[in-house]
Amino acid sequence: MNDLPQQLANGLLLGALYGLIAIGYTMVYGIVQLINFAHGEIFMIGGFGALTMWLWMPNGTSLLVALPLMILMAVICSVLVGVGAERFAYRPLRGAPRLAPLITAIGLSIALQQAIWAWYPEATKSRPFPEFSGPRLDFGAFTIERGELYLLIAAPVCMIALGFFVSKTRTGRAMQATSQDPDTAKLMGINTDRIIVMAFAIGAAFAAIAAIAHGLRYGEVNFKMGFIAGLKAFTAAVLGGIGNIYGAMIGGVVLGLSEAMATAYIADIPGMEQLGGGAWKDVWAFVLLILVLLLRPQGLLGERVSDRA
Amino acid sequence: MRHRSLLILTTAVTAGALTLSACGSRDDDSEDGGGGDGTTVVIGLDAPLTGDLSALGIGIQNSAELAVKTANENEEVKGVTFELEPLDDVAQAQQGQQNATKLVGNEDVMGVVGPLNSDVGQSMQKVFADADMVQVSPANTNPSLTQGEEWQDGEKTRPFDTYFRVSTTDAIQGPYAAQYLYNEKKLKKVFVIDDKKTYGAGLAGTFADEFENLGGKVVGTDHVNPDDKDFAAIATKVKNSGADFVYYGGEYPAGAPLAAQVKKAGAKIPTVGGDALFSAEYVALAKENAEGDMASSVGAPLTTLDTAKEFIKNYEAAGYEDAYEAYGGYSYDSTWAIIQAVKAVVDENDGELPGDADEARKAITEAMNDVSFEGVTGKVGFDEFGDTTNKQLSLYQVKDGEHVPLTSGEFEG
Repeated sequence: MNDLPQQLANGLLLGALYGLIAIGYTMVYGIVQLINFAHGEIFMIGGFGALTMWLWMPNGTSLLVALPLMILMAVICSVLVGVGAERFAYRPLRGAPRLAPLITAIGLSIALQQAIWAWYPEATKSRPFPEFSGPRLDFGAFTIERGELYLLIAAPVCMIALGFFVSKTRTGRAMQATSQDPDTAKLMGINTDRIIVMAFAIGAAFAAIAAIAHGLRYGEVNFKMGFIAGLKAFTAAVLGGIGNIYGAMIGGVVLGLSEAMATAYIADIPGMEQLGGGAWKDVWAFVLLILVLLLRPQGLLGERVSDRA
Repeated sequence: MRHRSLLILTTAVTAGALTLSACGSRDDDSEDGGGGDGTTVVIGLDAPLTGDLSALGIGIQNSAELAVKTANENEEVKGVTFELEPLDDVAQAQQGQQNATKLVGNEDVMGVVGPLNSDVGQSMQKVFADADMVQVSPANTNPSLTQGEEWQDGEKTRPFDTYFRVSTTDAIQGPYAAQYLYNEKKLKKVFVIDDKKTYGAGLAGTFADEFENLGGKVVGTDHVNPDDKDFAAIATKVKNSGADFVYYGGEYPAGAPLAAQVKKAGAKIPTVGGDALFSAEYVALAKENAEGDMASSVGAPLTTLDTAKEFIKNYEAAGYEDAYEAYGGYSYDSTWAIIQAVKAVVDENDGELPGDADEARKAITEAMNDVSFEGVTGKVGFDEFGDTTNKQLSLYQVKDGEHVPLTSGEFEG
């Protein structure tokens, strides 16, 4: 167990990544009760946006210099696609039976994946993503990769900023009002259409930031990366209590930690050799999800309805 | 109004998705009698032409095309013009089977080259066997494809008479690497990881068995999902296990990030794998962390073979955008084997193929058993199981971002 601090760090980083993506699921669900299955692809497109910016940079540009521009480009791409999806795919279906937008989301997810596959140069295979070189940062009990520092900073900063935005600003409070009761909010003079667009845009921006973390961590982006990441993030959102922004982050961290722990230790339990390791980590993560939902159907933080945004 | 726009939108999205997925498939253009009064023989090809493994697949396609072109230019078979029909299986067994059915349905197709993946090969075998159509794989290395499920217990039975391959199998590829690493590199402790697929699990199994027989120690095992990219937790386990190296049974899309993350976790040990790690893409994905990693592959390094020099020259002259990769030479030889089988049938049948497609396919399959020629990768011929008689294997190591040959030899059991 002497690698416990390192495994906790591994799980925490993975969880922070899931959490950032999960924000998008949870915000959209909180306001329009739609599970935006295309969110994973919005995340993927952010990664390709950042890669495009990197490829535009003159040769030899330091990654540190390029990073802000890459973030900007990733956010622009993701937000455009996210807002476009809301405007052209989901808004016409508002008021339609719940299954219609859900199926649309799945269709959109496939279409976006195939669009990148078909039209982004050489995207039919994994594209290498720039990475920070240099030795790992040593924190004593555990070490982390230089590129992971980005995630370690970005995730809390994003969360704090979002928390402040939702609870303190006018738009944020309008967002809470819309999520509680869209019709009454409309009567109170809130432009709910604008609020919904905002929710999609913020979710997409967070996904874009997560996409860069994904690229820096794994050194590649590919057209399929949104599927698994999106599924895990959706799980994280449900685990934390869908509709709750803090729940999304906590759900992500719990999911990441449980995956790391399952990979590392389950196989060491006598009699469980066959049921541990990397191949079984998803099984254990979902066992945890089911247990949590049995005990708390609303998810870990699901009861804090007033914070829904 | 709302309902109408809903309908239009759903239709548009569905139509869009369908159009996009249709981009991958080709129209059936059946050109009859391409070369004047002679007959046209179509050789089917199945490989992953898109997706993660496309680097290997495109190399297979280009090389097969080159063989067809060469045969037509030299009039290898008088009165017969060859044509290649490449299909994309996206490395999925289900798609491979669909492609196989499609090829069987085309009466001009007389033989098929491919596929790359062992599990795809498994799904295609029966379709071709039912149609008596010969299939030559340049790259399938799982032993059970030719020797039956019970091969490990010594009960070898050939499941399908129509299946041949020019690549050696994992039954000797894994042990070959084990012997070299234990005897020559003096590495004694290994962490074995596989991706649970037909190819990966089989290869990791044969490797671990031989390594333990030699006296080496397996200090840990794990399995990964082939679509995963996050191996941080496994990498930490590998680091703390004190292993001298990692053996990965699987393909480069997961193998490269795994190797990179093991090194990033602080374990400065090489990752070793089979022919599915032997690709330039592996180095592109793992970047500087690929240095020192090893991969075994079937046959001798093409650059050292005299027979391969002409192939490499012609490949370059043909101006293909992508490299021939690990299986280019084997794909050329597979295609050439089918051409030779067609030639044997035509020679015996008064200079033309039997008119009935079923009869012609059957005759070509039978002729394949006796095919023998000096190919790009050495002598090409098949034993009673449809396996190649060439048992040459090589080991490569990444140096300065390129796989360079480390050793090559025949495996002695």
